Amino acid sequence: MEKFISHTGTAIPLRRSNVDTDQIIPAVYLKRVKKSGFEDGLFAAWRNDPEFVLNQPQYKSATVLVAGADFGTGSSREHAVWALQNYGFKAVISSRFADIFRSNSQKGGLLTVVLPQVSVERIWDAIETDSTTPVTVDLEAKNVRAGGEIYPFEIDDYTRWRLMEGLDDIGLTLKNIDSVTAFEGHRPSYKPKTLPVRS
Amino acid sequence: MSKTLAEKIWSDHIVRSAPGEPDLIYIDLHLIHEVTSPQAFDGLRLAGRQVRRTDLTIATEDHNTPTLNIDLPIADPVSKLQVDTLRQNCAEFGVRLHSLGDAEQGIVHVVGPQLGLTQPGMTIVCGDSHTSTHGAFGALAFGIGTSEVEHVLATQTLPLVRPKTMAINVDGVLPDGVTAKDIILAIIAKIGTGGGQGYVLEYRGSAIKALSMEGRMTICNMSIEAGARAGLIAPDETTFEYMKNKPHAPQGADWDAAIEYWSTLKSDEDAKFDTEIFLSAEELAPFVTWGTNPAQGLPLNASVPNPAEITDVEERGAAERALTYMGLEAGLPLKSIKVDTIFLGSCTNGRIEDLRAAAEVVQGKKKADSVRMLVVPGSARVRLQAEQEGLDKIFLDFGAEWRNAGCSMCLGMNPDQLAVGERSASTSNRNFEGRQGKGGRTHLVSPLVAAATAIRGTLSSPADL
Repeated sequence: MEKFISHTGTAIPLRRSNVDTDQIIPAVYLKRVKKSGFEDGLFAAWRNDPEFVLNQPQYKSATVLVAGADFGTGSSREHAVWALQNYGFKAVISSRFADIFRSNSQKGGLLTVVLPQVSVERIWDAIETDSTTPVTVDLEAKNVRAGGEIYPFEIDDYTRWRLMEGLDDIGLTLKNIDSVTAFEGHRPSYKPKTLPVRS
Repeated sequence: MSKTLAEKIWSDHIVRSAPGEPDLIYIDLHLIHEVTSPQAFDGLRLAGRQVRRTDLTIATEDHNTPTLNIDLPIADPVSKLQVDTLRQNCAEFGVRLHSLGDAEQGIVHVVGPQLGLTQPGMTIVCGDSHTSTHGAFGALAFGIGTSEVEHVLATQTLPLVRPKTMAINVDGVLPDGVTAKDIILAIIAKIGTGGGQGYVLEYRGSAIKALSMEGRMTICNMSIEAGARAGLIAPDETTFEYMKNKPHAPQGADWDAAIEYWSTLKSDEDAKFDTEIFLSAEELAPFVTWGTNPAQGLPLNASVPNPAEITDVEERGAAERALTYMGLEAGLPLKSIKVDTIFLGSCTNGRIEDLRAAAEVVQGKKKADSVRMLVVPGSARVRLQAEQEGLDKIFLDFGAEWRNAGCSMCLGMNPDQLAVGERSASTSNRNFEGRQGKGGRTHLVSPLVAAATAIRGTLSSPADL
């Protein structure tokens, strides 16, 4: 996973709440068996509308998505994170994220930043007034900087450290694999097993 | 110290706990399907890793599979590749797989319980948000992303932050015609799609205790639609009775030991929940969604709401967009809405009891000429059982289509889809834009409302017949 320390880019305002993962990437695009190439499916239905914000030329090169509340609800598909990353997004800002989407984003190194709705509104205003407004998402300093303002955000120290180091969870867990083996030694015998097959 | 049910299961599965780090939680059962697993198996291969516990892992094919002509190769080449990839991965890594055509194939959340692999007190995960279904047994069960699927395959654990707990108390006796589906739709409308974020929900109270296992699964299934990764119901005699004689239920001395443990799985009387909410069963009614998120629902006797009367700006905007998408006018009585397609099935309402309930309503009747109805059992086993009970004949005589098992029209991934502008009454779980096919319009309903709607052609409950 790529390290995330700080990112500066332009941002795109997505003034919608409850953007579910079926909107981020419809099911029909989930059939690929690799992690790349999902950018075509990103907001596929909404992109048919020429007025949709992703189709507006001034936001073409944006790398930060600023969305309404409850972003990423619904299906657990990590393809939603891959689609956003494949398209070029490095960070998403919202006042609330769905739990599974947030967890998926943190596995893949897409930074999800929670800011109060009033701050989201101010960033929307800034990037709608001037689409070239640079937006900095600084994980080291734990703040977002845009339009001359600083918006601090919270993130737990463990996740922050993992993202800043670009560490992969499996590698971290395997360092403690002895404790997994020890735990397995005490599992009760009535717990079910899928093998051998019983019918 | 007194604990909630969720906290008890959590403590029993901590492999490692360190200050400032997430807990490392052991996973008792990992369910796999074709959509969210290929990249995870690929990750294992690239790192030269194995599946740590093939004996705690099981796979089935459900999302991409057709429900017609299942003896032919899958027609869509991309769907076929995904299913073939699952078959190759399961063969290569030694994972038990129930393929299309197998008697145990079906929707992953229907298959686990019917095999008896879903048991009280377990931790269960799957790369599917409706894994919350298994919480009906008093298991801590939740959906995960593909990175986590890979993590569980490699280590049989997950690093997780302990969730908060919310008690949802539903007391009283449900009025006639009101079902588990109506309870959960009412709960979601009350707390919103984000209300459960960060929580495990525990459903309690006399109305919950009176439900069958199928009804409990319907409720826990849609916890995710309220934003919660998991929902739970404490196991009781109903649960134990359901477990008996299931293929993978404990046997002999193991059964006795299991019952002893399962009987401890309830929240202590003085346990503190972070949040608690209350609903009265008597006040509930058949419920239906009018919008494009599952919280946009109302009792069937109500009318389409007027966005102008919604004070919250975000909610008003969402309601306006939803009505435009759904092609509905404010003030229209919900019961006057004509539908084109009835979908009876899914991991929410595709179990035998759901089929029985709908069959009872449509028996001896004919469907409205203006509608088509798809009846899709949740698993091949449910289909066989329904056929033994003659339910297939009832549905066919009624004019419905009797299909093979799978996710079918719950999501637009297989051939069963709505066309642009087509309107459904669906027993599934999501009414998102395009969920059942691009441009399709979904009203979420119970199996009883689905059946009555198929008879009248407009959104209806059996009381309207």
